[in-house]
Amino acid sequence: MKGLSKDRLWSIAVLTPSIILIAVFVYGFIARSVYVSMTDWGNDPAQALALNPIIRFTGLTNYQDLFTGFLQGRFRQELVSTIFFTLFFILGCLGLGLGLALILDRNPKGEGLWRTIFLFPMSLSFIVTGTIWRWMLQPQGGLNQAPTLFGAQPSSFAWLSSTDALWKFDWNKLPLLTASVVGLVLVIMAVRAARSGDRTRTLVAGGCAALLFLWALFIGPNVKLLPAPELHGFNLALIGIIIAAVWQMSGYTMALYLAGLRGIPEELREAAKVDGANDLGMYQHVIFPLLAPITLSAMIVLGHISLKIFDLVYAMAGPDNINTSVPALNMYLTSFRQNQFALGAAIGTILLILVAFVIVPYLASQFRTEEGHA
Amino acid sequence: MTTGAPINAPAAAPTAAPRRPIKPGRVIMYALLVLAALFFLVPVYLLVATALKSPDAINLATTWHWPSALNWASFSDAWNKIGGNVLNSLFLAITATLLSALLGSLNGYALSKWKFRGANTLFALMLFGMFIPYQAVLIPLFQFIKSLGLYGSIWGLILAHVVYGIPITTLIFRNFYADVPDALIEAATIDGAGFWQIYGRVIFPISIPGFVVVIIWQFTQVWNEFLFAATLTNTSSQPVTYALSQLAGGQAVSWNLPMAGAILAALPTLLVYILLGRYFVRGLLAGSVKG
Repeated sequence: MKGLSKDRLWSIAVLTPSIILIAVFVYGFIARSVYVSMTDWGNDPAQALALNPIIRFTGLTNYQDLFTGFLQGRFRQELVSTIFFTLFFILGCLGLGLGLALILDRNPKGEGLWRTIFLFPMSLSFIVTGTIWRWMLQPQGGLNQAPTLFGAQPSSFAWLSSTDALWKFDWNKLPLLTASVVGLVLVIMAVRAARSGDRTRTLVAGGCAALLFLWALFIGPNVKLLPAPELHGFNLALIGIIIAAVWQMSGYTMALYLAGLRGIPEELREAAKVDGANDLGMYQHVIFPLLAPITLSAMIVLGHISLKIFDLVYAMAGPDNINTSVPALNMYLTSFRQNQFALGAAIGTILLILVAFVIVPYLASQFRTEEGHA
Repeated sequence: MTTGAPINAPAAAPTAAPRRPIKPGRVIMYALLVLAALFFLVPVYLLVATALKSPDAINLATTWHWPSALNWASFSDAWNKIGGNVLNSLFLAITATLLSALLGSLNGYALSKWKFRGANTLFALMLFGMFIPYQAVLIPLFQFIKSLGLYGSIWGLILAHVVYGIPITTLIFRNFYADVPDALIEAATIDGAGFWQIYGRVIFPISIPGFVVVIIWQFTQVWNEFLFAATLTNTSSQPVTYALSQLAGGQAVSWNLPMAGAILAALPTLLVYILLGRYFVRGLLAGSVKG
């Protein structure tokens, strides 16, 4: 099928509007956002909503401000929060989802009903979920009152308002920490490359790791982002939001894992049994390895959802609760409440970069393999 | 919270044959299921119980009790406050869903049955639009909608939902049409049918299940969306998610009202899910690109 037949032209004509729309609304707008993030639009309130605002190009100052500015401590806490949130949210959804799928795979009675129960929160909006859980996690109500049903004292955990944090670290040490982590990853890569006999890769990775460690040893400790130490950690007020998010999304991982488990051919299980594998061995050596790609898909989908989550936080803890805030929420407030468009665009761009780290390798690998088959 | 660890549960019969003596493994399995179901259903109990209480019956000591007298007035009160927004959402979700389903169907057909070089790369570039955080395009989008004069009208919101719905609807239809044998298309070509005849006579008639999946999925997504709703509309055109967040956001609220409002806002998508759950799950699995 070569050349441009009429039909082929039609197929391109059909796609053109969508291509233009995506080009403008996705790529064009991203470019525009990145440009706005490098200006001073809105930093002067008088200019923010002017009909013809004077907008000056200021380079990376907004980014510098977010990471090192005195006033932007909230953003830095949010960045840390969103990483912890993502971590625990993914772990919770994978654990609960896999557990439920493994149980349902054993064919309990009324399987359809169980599945319906575990999946229905998926059909709700985060705003509805947030409203319900906001009520459940009221400081003196809901869950905290639950022990009284059994005659016990009500608990007093500050679900959405706790100011306690775990695993605090000084933001000033961020470059040092980052360099050490990247260095460690490079060392692991070098060792792997050495084992598989790839000499250039061993040398490059090892060299880079050595450079990083040298930097971390001699220069890193003296790098200061801020004049004073600034502590950030995993804020306990996030726990309630993580529970609500897991409540809403673990049905999704259950559905994925269940589809995966049902896709494992019965012969494979039979064969493992004939080979003398007991139940545990079968899971360990046959079933779990086959579920690994599903785990990866789920992690990517859940990861990008959690990096951009904000409606749940908005509905559960309100927009002004600094303890639970996330960058996606801050972007909305900065841009549309304070009219600081440039700063908002910078936060949006940072979010995009975070999500792109997760999504781009995934899409690339998906379509490289597919293109290979074609 | 239950983290249900069935891996450690004693081995039950892997393929459950009916009418076997009850084994301890099965008992533990059902216990875990009930525990998990409680985690998922308790919020619903609390939601309904609170919505049905009269404001003065809502106090800390009786949070968990079923109301002694049912107060249905919460629902009419909530409807008075957000009923208009529910209708906005209905119009928005139906219009945006139908438009993006139609676009997706045509795109999916073109991409899977008339493959050209670079089609996969193009498709991957399109799909990226599904994953971006909308915060990264929100300011230009807001400016654009405003410059079109659509700010504050439901049509600006429809435009945004249709455009950002293209990736997922195209993806679902592309995967759906991939299962349609190419021989069918070739046979139609030999009979002299062109691009549009094949779409109208062969592809579209067998697309109903694809449309059902896409429509259910998009309807749910558009109905539940919040960010665009909060930035592109004003009071008269706000969808129900934003109205609900305002209803529940205040400090001195009597909780029966937002709870009743949450039920109103949840009912349409919940009904869709309960009635057509099979198709909902299919959309869900398609969302993870290949499922």
